[in-house]
Amino acid sequence: MRELRYREAVREAIAEEMEADESVFLMGEEVGHYQGAYKVSEGLLARFGEKRVIDTPIAEAGFAGIGIGAAMTGLRPVIEFMTWNFSFVAFDQIISNAAKIRQMSGGTIDVPIVFRGPNGAAKQVASQHSHSVDPFYTNIPGIFVVMPATPRDAKGLLKTAIRCNDPVVFLEGETLYNVKGEVPDEGEEELIPFGKGRIGREGTDCTIVAFGRPYYETMQAAEKLAEDGIECEVVDPRTLRPLDLDLLVESVKKTHRCVVVHEHWPYGGPGAEIVDQIQRHAFDWLDAPIERVGSLDVPMPYASNLENFVLPTVERITDAVRKVTYSEKK
Amino acid sequence: MYLIRRFEEEAARAYAQGKIGGFLHLYIGQEAIAVGAAAALKDGDTVFQTYRDHGISLALGSTPEACMAELFGKDTGVSRGMGGSMHFFDKANGFMGGWGIVGGHVAVAAGAAFKAKYAGDDSVTLCFFGEGATNIGGFHEGLSLAGLWKLPIVFICENNQYAMGTPMSRTSAIQDLTLKAQGYGMHGDRFAGYDVATVRERVQQAVDRARKGEGPTFIEIETYRFRGHSMSDPAKYRSRAELEERKKKDPLAITKSQLTDAGMSLEAIDEVEEAVEEVVSAAVKAADAAEPAKEEVMFDSVMATKLGPKNREEAEV
Ligand SMILES: Cc1ncc(C[n+]2csc(CCOP(=O)(O)OP(=O)(O)O)c2C)c(N)n1
Repeated sequence: MRELRYREAVREAIAEEMEADESVFLMGEEVGHYQGAYKVSEGLLARFGEKRVIDTPIAEAGFAGIGIGAAMTGLRPVIEFMTWNFSFVAFDQIISNAAKIRQMSGGTIDVPIVFRGPNGAAKQVASQHSHSVDPFYTNIPGIFVVMPATPRDAKGLLKTAIRCNDPVVFLEGETLYNVKGEVPDEGEEELIPFGKGRIGREGTDCTIVAFGRPYYETMQAAEKLAEDGIECEVVDPRTLRPLDLDLLVESVKKTHRCVVVHEHWPYGGPGAEIVDQIQRHAFDWLDAPIERVGSLDVPMPYASNLENFVLPTVERITDAVRKVTYSEKK
Repeated sequence: MYLIRRFEEEAARAYAQGKIGGFLHLYIGQEAIAVGAAAALKDGDTVFQTYRDHGISLALGSTPEACMAELFGKDTGVSRGMGGSMHFFDKANGFMGGWGIVGGHVAVAAGAAFKAKYAGDDSVTLCFFGEGATNIGGFHEGLSLAGLWKLPIVFICENNQYAMGTPMSRTSAIQDLTLKAQGYGMHGDRFAGYDVATVRERVQQAVDRARKGEGPTFIEIETYRFRGHSMSDPAKYRSRAELEERKKKDPLAITKSQLTDAGMSLEAIDEVEEAVEEVVSAAVKAADAAEPAKEEVMFDSVMATKLGPKNREEAEV
């Protein structure tokens, strides 16, 4: 194993898949000459040339559509949204076209396409640039939704996504690109399957389900709680559609308590979906209602004091765990 | 123009000190456009701009204190600390916002012009955007409707040569952008925007036409931004030589030499500049001292109907 940054892990996955398969190409704003707005695609233009690393004008609906058409006819596009906030102008292409084509065509046409880019709030970029888009895309049958928290998961899942014959929404973390983590050595190929979660930390007292950016706040919260003798099991589902229900249920059956942590707004979304599934499949094992911690129910304000107040914090996670374990703050 | 320049230079400094967060897109080099265009308007007119919005907001009359406070995330800011650099709003001065999604505000601006036509008032809307925005659907739908319904609006494309790091030669099949507007049946104009008087005169012609009910105009103005796309962009895609060449057409230098040619003394210009210095440093001081943005404003401002959450407990789940 070696250490890579999240952005390098994503880059490696793209490069390896491009190396292996001529039909894979990368398209998006500033992915080539500029080396990527977040430097994810740095060096790829020099390596693969302008035919396969393609800069587009600002035209998300256009290049999402180009990608879908190319995928229908045999290519494997990797379409980068500079951030997922800008996918909204291409939403129609994803929901009405990419997700529908296969069934509409009676199963005759595959759409092997990956839409990827950074998701979620960054730092003080205000309401129009701070969306965690997972609730919008997880509602749609016909696409996979992947949201890796670690470099290793990002690499292994992106490779799976590029080889997948269906549309994949791949949500990276704008604030995670600098995170370092272990990734298998070069030459040791790892493909992480969709629908398989990962235990981030073992524990017996409470399950915390966390994905994306607040996975890290959750791990910190778990360490803090351990100091008070509360051992949390942190489970990262990694793919939000499909969910690894077996892993979640198995953990809850062990701990009897559960908190779900997410960056998205509280109304609905994968956070609520996870709670619903767990309560239906592990009702008899639960000793407390499941709690959720997410962003507050407001558009993201600019001011840093308020942004920090809106995003899920370590303190709100520890509070939620204390609530479901009926334990006082020490 | 000098106020905008000095305001933004101080903002850049405050950004480096960590007093301003998020994205900060500077307008340095483009000031003649905002100032010239604002001078062509009258009370009741409305203006829409992208995230590169400090210049026009100041030109329309927003106070430097309120603008700086917004950048500092303070309650006294033009958007009470909710919007930040990209989202200045100043309704009293006709400024309907800095908008973050490329092309997203074009049809919205046409909607403000639609209102004028609907209400039968004679107000006009200005809508600014960059050349990069002329490739996105929102731009085309906005122009299409404005042209069809002959709305009283002037679209101003500030062609500063680069959309983030990409020159227009790599984003558009045609280089004369007025051709794009022609297809929507509107007037077109195209000129260089380094001389503030020219900007005022040409925008005035378009505004007058719109006010008389003769339909929208699309104006492409050649300009150049001296800084990167935003503070995080080192602008490696252009050469030092290119930048230096372009700086020879600095609208501030041009205005200054016009003023001295017209007989204004250097001392008189110095006095104006000193007055601006005082205004800007007072704005920074005031922004520093102001109250941070407030929780209750964040909750209360979401919707006019006060049925939403009012505090953290109500906003949790
Ligand atoms: C729909 C959308 N896609 C991408 C972006 C990211 N983005 C912000 S500004 C920008 C470049 C815009 O260039 P231009 O329209 O020429 O205006 P300028 O910034 O030069 O004033 C890009 C790609 C965005 N804000 N919205």
